[in-house]
Amino acid sequence: MGASQSARTEHEFQDLADRTGFSLEQIGNLNKRFRQLSKNEETLSRQDLASISALDNNPLRAQIINAFFDKRNLRQNEAGTVQVIGFEEFLMVMSHFRPAAMHITEEEREKLRREKLRFVFNMHDTDSDGTITLEEYRRAVEELLSKAGTIGQETAKAIADAAMLEVASTTRGKMEPDEFYEGITFENFLQILKTFDIETRMHVRFLNMDTATMRCGK
Amino acid sequence: MRKVCSLHANYTISSSLPPLNYFKLLKRIATCLFGTVLTLGAASSPDISAQDNTGGGHDRRDDHRGIAGSHEQTNYTYTKKAFPVLSLDYHHIQVPFEISLWVLLASLMKLGFHLIPRLSGIVPESCLLIVVGLLVGGLIKLAGEEVPPVLDSNLFFLCLLPPIILDAGYFLPIRPFMENIGTILMFAVVGTLWNAFFVGGLLYAVCQIEGTYLSQVELLPCLLFGSIISAVDPVAVLAVFEEIHINELLHILVFGESLLNDAVTVVLYHLFEEYSGAGEVTPMDVVLGVICFLIVSLGGIAVGAIYGILAAFTSRFTSHTRVIEPLFVFVYSYMAYLSAEMFHLSGIMALIACGAVMRPYVEANISHKSHTTVKYFLKMWSSVSETLIFIFLGVATVAGPHAWNWTFVSVTVILCLVSRVIGVVGLTFIINKFRIVKLTTKDQFIVAYGGLRGAIAFSLGYLLNKDHFPMRTMFLTAIITEIFFTVFVQGMTIKPLVDLLAVKKKQEAKRSINEEIHTQFLDHLLTGIEDICGHYGHHHWKDKLNRFNKKYIKKCLIAGERYKEPQLIAFYHKMEFKQAIELVESGGGVKLPSAMPSQVSMQNIQPKKLPPAVAERALPQFTKGREEEIRKILRSNLQKTRQRLRSYNRHTLVADPFEDGWNDFLLKKQRMIELEKKMSNYLTVPAAPPDSPTMCRARLASDPNAFYNIKASSEGVPTIQVDLASPQSPDSVNMLNEFSKRGAKDQGLGQREVATRDEDQGLMMKPSSAGKEEKGEEEGGNKNPGLMRCLSDPGPSNEDEEDEPFLP
Repeated sequence: MGASQSARTEHEFQDLADRTGFSLEQIGNLNKRFRQLSKNEETLSRQDLASISALDNNPLRAQIINAFFDKRNLRQNEAGTVQVIGFEEFLMVMSHFRPAAMHITEEEREKLRREKLRFVFNMHDTDSDGTITLEEYRRAVEELLSKAGTIGQETAKAIADAAMLEVASTTRGKMEPDEFYEGITFENFLQILKTFDIETRMHVRFLNMDTATMRCGK
Repeated sequence: MRKVCSLHANYTISSSLPPLNYFKLLKRIATCLFGTVLTLGAASSPDISAQDNTGGGHDRRDDHRGIAGSHEQTNYTYTKKAFPVLSLDYHHIQVPFEISLWVLLASLMKLGFHLIPRLSGIVPESCLLIVVGLLVGGLIKLAGEEVPPVLDSNLFFLCLLPPIILDAGYFLPIRPFMENIGTILMFAVVGTLWNAFFVGGLLYAVCQIEGTYLSQVELLPCLLFGSIISAVDPVAVLAVFEEIHINELLHILVFGESLLNDAVTVVLYHLFEEYSGAGEVTPMDVVLGVICFLIVSLGGIAVGAIYGILAAFTSRFTSHTRVIEPLFVFVYSYMAYLSAEMFHLSGIMALIACGAVMRPYVEANISHKSHTTVKYFLKMWSSVSETLIFIFLGVATVAGPHAWNWTFVSVTVILCLVSRVIGVVGLTFIINKFRIVKLTTKDQFIVAYGGLRGAIAFSLGYLLNKDHFPMRTMFLTAIITEIFFTVFVQGMTIKPLVDLLAVKKKQEAKRSINEEIHTQFLDHLLTGIEDICGHYGHHHWKDKLNRFNKKYIKKCLIAGERYKEPQLIAFYHKMEFKQAIELVESGGGVKLPSAMPSQVSMQNIQPKKLPPAVAERALPQFTKGREEEIRKILRSNLQKTRQRLRSYNRHTLVADPFEDGWNDFLLKKQRMIELEKKMSNYLTVPAAPPDSPTMCRARLASDPNAFYNIKASSEGVPTIQVDLASPQSPDSVNMLNEFSKRGAKDQGLGQREVATRDEDQGLMMKPSSAGKEEKGEEEGGNKNPGLMRCLSDPGPSNEDEEDEPFLP
């Protein structure tokens, strides 16, 4: 039975590897980590992620955790959140952080770029309506500066406003005083971060070998 | 290279400076001067001929000095009975005069090249400068003089090189450097070792072939030569790469390699020099060499870091004596370099470490003006040094002596190319296994092709002892040929090749606030993902280091409250300040309306329900942006008037952050008055309610004395004082900060300002919604490229700009 189970797992992993682009070793490692985080359950809950102590110092802790439970990031085109995720979903979210392959065409690069930016965009767009409103942007910057004490909170608003104005003036050009810029759409988002090489910057080194000894645990 | 001190211990720096005694032009000038002066002094003509004779007869400067001096003395005492009303003593000022003349020549050349528009597009400046050096050397030779040994190793390593390296280190783009440190080290250490042994070994093999007349060349001198010739030169790389605007990754790879290979070169050079006399190298020596390498490199970095921290710590206390602030940066760095050289450590690495370590802290401590000073001084020194180095290289070529050996020279050039290509391709093959952003074939080609050699190699060759190395002259000739080959052939063709291969160029765009937000966002996001993945990766350690830095180091090294400031906020403040300056500068000109091409203001993005936006729209014909701008112009006008009343003090700068852009104020004043009239008309024409913020501002703007009213009416509203001209207050120099913090008005500093407020020194303004609108139109201003260009001081914040070549 053990043999058949491991065969099944291998088959599953192969399937996942095809869909997410991870190597089998990487999937194995991530699966170990998943089991460790979920305490050997089939699914992972918010509490499991929130209990990672290394995340405590991260100003984006809540946003990151939310991203794992956001349906938009699970490569299904629907909005909303889920309460628990399985290993497949976990891998799906993680696959946004895969580095680009060595030889890719321009279209592939553009696609990758859009995917990665979409992930960031979704993190900002908390109400899933397709635009980042001023309120949402302010909250995002506030989160970003949440570890900076009072200075951070006061300036965050101003920074978000300035950033929003920058987007508005870059994408709209001249605006009449009574016009209203309702928020950053994804197209605007792509435009404003045109020079931001996200395809080469947004990646994590997924380990190929098993490094149980290097684990930082929970 | 580190033998400099010991070999030339008995010379002082000044005595080894380039003597330009009989540079033809100078002679003419001197003769003319003599003529005039002596005519004026009613002296007889034999003096002139005497001077000419001495000038023609002696080539060694020391001889000349003594003899010419005595000549003159005898002449003067002999011919003149009366008290000399005007006398000439050229030798009194000879050395500094000639130094200045060289520097002037270098600067004029640089200036000249940029006046010829198409030339600099085709030929790199470094090539032109070498040609100028050749011409100057030729002229000196034509004049029948011995060409002075201008590129003396002592002068080179102690005076010319440090400014260039410090400039590179201080403005080193830390982020890409650290992200690629593995690759850079691989190229710098393994690549240089490979090059040295490959070139040296094969050269020896070639020398053994019958018929080359080189059989007397031994293995160790060959290896020594290989180690000298194999190191990529930072000066040459900088000069060429700044002009081709290559993308950041390739630039940092080649440039980083050229900086970090210094330690390898130093160790190899010493090792081979030491053993070339002794003959045999045992395995023990190899082990010692490796240890020596570690000590030289890590020791250099340690020395640099110590001085860097000292500099940062010192700058914490300079708030009362701003004028000498920039000096600390230079002196500590130079001390770091000298200290490292003292122990024969890598001085280049010490300088790089020193500059990179001190920069973030020093920048937070020193005033905006001091920062500008540091920046411009570094750029000025490094560009003059660079120019001089290339000119001297040309002069040194003419100076000779040369021993041309076709086989040796051509084999050297070919081997250097071959070993570089093999080294880069081989190493990239290994590196790419570990890199996430792989190096493509194009990248490899540029890295290999960009491996230029330069003056460091020449100076090292120059240092060789003639007694130990009878082939020194031949080595020098080969080195010069290799330098010329790389600088001329590779340097000139690399630009077309970059275009041909469509290698990714550097992004010229300005760094925007959105990008900065997302840089920070991504850092935290990736750290978080790594933590969830459960392994300590780069981001994890970087985050740890950042937090340690924030918690302990910044607290010790940065004065006041600024250490708490996160990077994003610091960036935002700098940006805001810069835009304010831009605005004032452009607004001070005549073309006020055209300065604002796009006006998106806060009300465009603010949900409509907000009352201030409604109130502001009461003035439809007058957009927020323009009003804000006018207000600012008028405000600075006001301050400037006050400021002019202050007396000049040698020890304190007038503490007005806007002064930078206002030197031509007096010329503009007339225009300003007209503008003021016009604008106050604009502002007061619509009959807004008397207490509306717009009206208050309008009144404030048009009448400086009106701020008492505003003060009264703004009771209970949080206020902030913009105190722009008070040299007495130590905080006032940080005003750029305060000024940009108008939005965050409850800052401790702002409060303190209010508390210590002196009505003569500042004015009150209502923050209300003005700050936001201002941003709006600043964003607009941001978009105008013309506006960007008229900004004379790009400010401290823009990393990109600093990475850009200073010389257009």
